[in-house]
Amino acid sequence: MSANNTAQQRRARVRQKGGRLLRIFSLVRKETRQIVRDPSSILIAFVLPMVLMFLFGYGVSLDLNNINLGVVVEAQSPEVGNLVHSFQSSRYFKVRMARDRRDLEPLLVGGRLSAVLVIPADFTERLHRGDKNPVQVLVRGTDANTGELVLNYIEGTWQSWLVHEGINRGEAPNIGIVTVEPRIWFNEEVESRAALLPGSIAVIMTLIGTMLTSLVVAREWERGTMEALLATPLTRGDLLMGKFIPYFLLGMLAMGLVTAVSTLVMGVPLRGSLWLLAVVSATFLCFALGLGLLISSVTRNQFVATQAALIVGFLPSFILSGLVFELNSMPWPIRYLTYLFPPRYFVSSLRTLFLAGDVWQVIVPNTCVMAMFAASFLTMTARKTKTKLE
Amino acid sequence: MLNRVIRLIIKEFLAVWRDPHSRVVLVLPPLIQLLVFSFAATHEVKNVTLGIYIEDHGRAARELAARFHAIPRTFSRVEHLNSPKAVQRAIDAQDVLAVVHIGPTFSKDLEAGKSTPVQVLLDGRKANAALVVQGYINRIVQDFAAEWSMDKGRFRTPRRQIMSSTVVPRMWFNPNLSPIWSSVPALVGILTNLVALLVTALSVARERELGTFEQLLVSPLRPMEILLGKAVPAVILGFSEGVLMITMLVFVFRLPFTGSLLILFVAMLLFLVAIVGIGLFISSLAKTQQQGFLGAFMYMVPAVLLSGFATPVENIPEWLRWVACLNPLQHMISISRTIFLEGPNATVAMNMMWPLAPIGLVTLTAAAWLFRKRME
Repeated sequence: MSANNTAQQRRARVRQKGGRLLRIFSLVRKETRQIVRDPSSILIAFVLPMVLMFLFGYGVSLDLNNINLGVVVEAQSPEVGNLVHSFQSSRYFKVRMARDRRDLEPLLVGGRLSAVLVIPADFTERLHRGDKNPVQVLVRGTDANTGELVLNYIEGTWQSWLVHEGINRGEAPNIGIVTVEPRIWFNEEVESRAALLPGSIAVIMTLIGTMLTSLVVAREWERGTMEALLATPLTRGDLLMGKFIPYFLLGMLAMGLVTAVSTLVMGVPLRGSLWLLAVVSATFLCFALGLGLLISSVTRNQFVATQAALIVGFLPSFILSGLVFELNSMPWPIRYLTYLFPPRYFVSSLRTLFLAGDVWQVIVPNTCVMAMFAASFLTMTARKTKTKLE
Repeated sequence: MLNRVIRLIIKEFLAVWRDPHSRVVLVLPPLIQLLVFSFAATHEVKNVTLGIYIEDHGRAARELAARFHAIPRTFSRVEHLNSPKAVQRAIDAQDVLAVVHIGPTFSKDLEAGKSTPVQVLLDGRKANAALVVQGYINRIVQDFAAEWSMDKGRFRTPRRQIMSSTVVPRMWFNPNLSPIWSSVPALVGILTNLVALLVTALSVARERELGTFEQLLVSPLRPMEILLGKAVPAVILGFSEGVLMITMLVFVFRLPFTGSLLILFVAMLLFLVAIVGIGLFISSLAKTQQQGFLGAFMYMVPAVLLSGFATPVENIPEWLRWVACLNPLQHMISISRTIFLEGPNATVAMNMMWPLAPIGLVTLTAAAWLFRKRME
C-alpha cells in the first residue's frame, strides 16, 4: 500500500517535473515565434550590431590626420623653409600659409584652423643663439582632447625636424646619445581601431541585452497579455526562464556574428581561446538580460522602460567603460562609480582576449564580478516580478 | 483652427506630464547625466602606473629612473620590476601601462660617449593611452640626454643647445585645456536631443498601440494639425531642458559664456525642430512603440558617434564625412562649444548655424509627408 503510494507520488512528481519543463518549453516556443515574427528583434540582434561595428571601425578614431594647421612665416630663411616643409610633407597636417598672424588667428574661432604655428621674424637668429623657445604655437582648446593631440603631433614634428637639422649640420654624434626604442605589445601598429573594436562589442551586447528584454515584459503588461500568462499554472521562475532563454540564445548568436565580422572582415586578431570568449560573453549577456528584465518588471511601461534602458544601459557602457575615455583620469567619485557598471569589466576582458590572449589574472576576476552582477540582477528580477494582480 | 491646435498641444503636454514615471524620467536623468558624463569625458592620460626594470646600477641609470618619480600627476605609481618575467606578468595583468627597460651597459656606454638605447614596452590594448605615455617617456629621456651631455661639458657651445629647444604652446579659448569645458557644451546638445527624440519617436506609435489614434482621426483635426500638436510640446520640452542646462553650465560649472545667448537659443530651436522632424518621421513609420524606440536608437547611436563629442570629426575618413555633415547633432555641438568658449562674431555664428535650417526643413517635410501617407 505504502509502496504503491510512493510510486504514485513519484510518478506525479515526474509528471509535474516533466510538466514544468514542458511549460517552460512552450513558453520559449511562444517567445521564439514572437521574435521571429517581429522584425524589430531581428533588427536589434543583427542589423544594429553591424551598423555599430561599421561605425566603430571607421567613424570613431583617435588617430588624428588632416589637422588644419596655419603657419605664419614672418621672414624667410633656409631653416624656416625646411621647417615649413616638414609640416607640409607630414600626412597629419593640412597647412595654410600666411605672412601675418592676424590673417590666421581669427580662423581659430569656429575651428577652421586647429592650430597656428608662428615662426617669428628673428627665428633663425634665436635658433642659433640657442634660445629655448624659438617658435610659438596657438592651439584651439575648445575641444580639449583634440587640442592635446594636436599639440602632441606638432611637438613631434618639431622634434624630428630638430634631429634632421642637427644631422644636416654634422652634429649627428651629439643627438640621439640615448635612443628610445618603443615596443608596443599586442597591437604593433598602435591602431586605435584594434583597441576600439573589441571594446565596442561591450556596447553592442549591452544594447542588445537591455533593448531586447526591457521592452518585452513591459509590453506584456501594457497590452494585458501578462494577465493571461498569470492565469496559467506558470510560476515566477517559469515565466522568467521562458523570457530569458530565447533572448539569451539570440544574444549569443549576435555575439558570434560580431566576433566573426571583427576578426574576418575588420582584421582584429583573436589571440585568446574561443570557448573562453564564449564563457565571458555569456556571463555578461546574463547581466545585460537581467538588467533589461528588471527594468521592464519595475516600470511596466514601455516609454519609461526605453528611457531607463538608455540611461543605465547604452550611455554608461559607452562613456563609463573605458572604451573611449580614460578611466584613470576621471575624478575619483566618477572613477569609483565606474566600478558599478559591468561594461567596464567586459571591455577589459574583451581587449585582453582579442589582443593579448588568455590572461587568467585579468579574465578570472573580471568574469567573477560580472557573474555577481548577473546573479544579483536576475534575483532582483525574480523578486520584483509579481505573479499577483493588485 | 489655432484654438484646436493649442488644445491638442495642451493635451499632449498633459499626456507626458501626468505620468509620474515619465515626468521623473524626463527631468532628472538628463541633469544627472550632465553631471556624471561631463567629468568622465576625458582622453587625458594621468594616474598611470609605470614599471621600471633596471639592470644597471650606474649613476646615469639611477638619475634617469629618478626622473620618472618626479611627475606624480602622470605617473602616480612607479613599480620596480626585477626580471623579464616580472615585466611580462605586470603588463599582461594590466598592473602597469608601460615599462621602461634600462639595459646593463647603459651608464658605461654613456660615460664612453656611445649611443645607447632605452627600451620602452607599452600595452597596446590601450592604444591611445600607450601612445601618449610613449610621448611623455620620450620627452623625459631626451631631456635627460640633453642635460647629461651638457653636464659632461662635451657640448657646451650654445649651438648644441638647439636640441633641447621646444615650442611654446598657448591654449586659446580653454587655457588649461579642461576637458569639462569642452564636454559640457557638447552634452547640452546630446541630452536635449535625447529628450526631444524620445518624446516624439514614441508618440504616434503609443497612440496607435493604445487605440487612441483612431479617436484623433475622427476628430475635426487635420493631419497637419495633429502633427503640429505633437511637434510643439517636444520642442518646448527640449528647449526648457536646454535652458536649464545652460543655466547649470554657467552657475554650477562656471563656464565662461562668451557668445550671444540669442544666437545660441536660435540655434537650439533650429536644432530641436530638426530633431523633432526625425522623431516624428520615425514615429510615423513605426507600427509599435518597440519599433519607435528602435528607430530612435538607429538614429541616436550613429549621431552621437559621429558628432565630435568623443572623437574629433576630422578623424572621420573623407568618404564618411558627408554623414557627419548631415548630422544635426554635430552642428549643434560645434555651435554650442564655439558660442560658449570662443565668442564668435555674428558672421561666424551664422556660418556655423545655417546648415541646421535646411536639415530641419527636410526632416519636417519628410515627417509630414510620411505621416499623411500613413493616415490614408
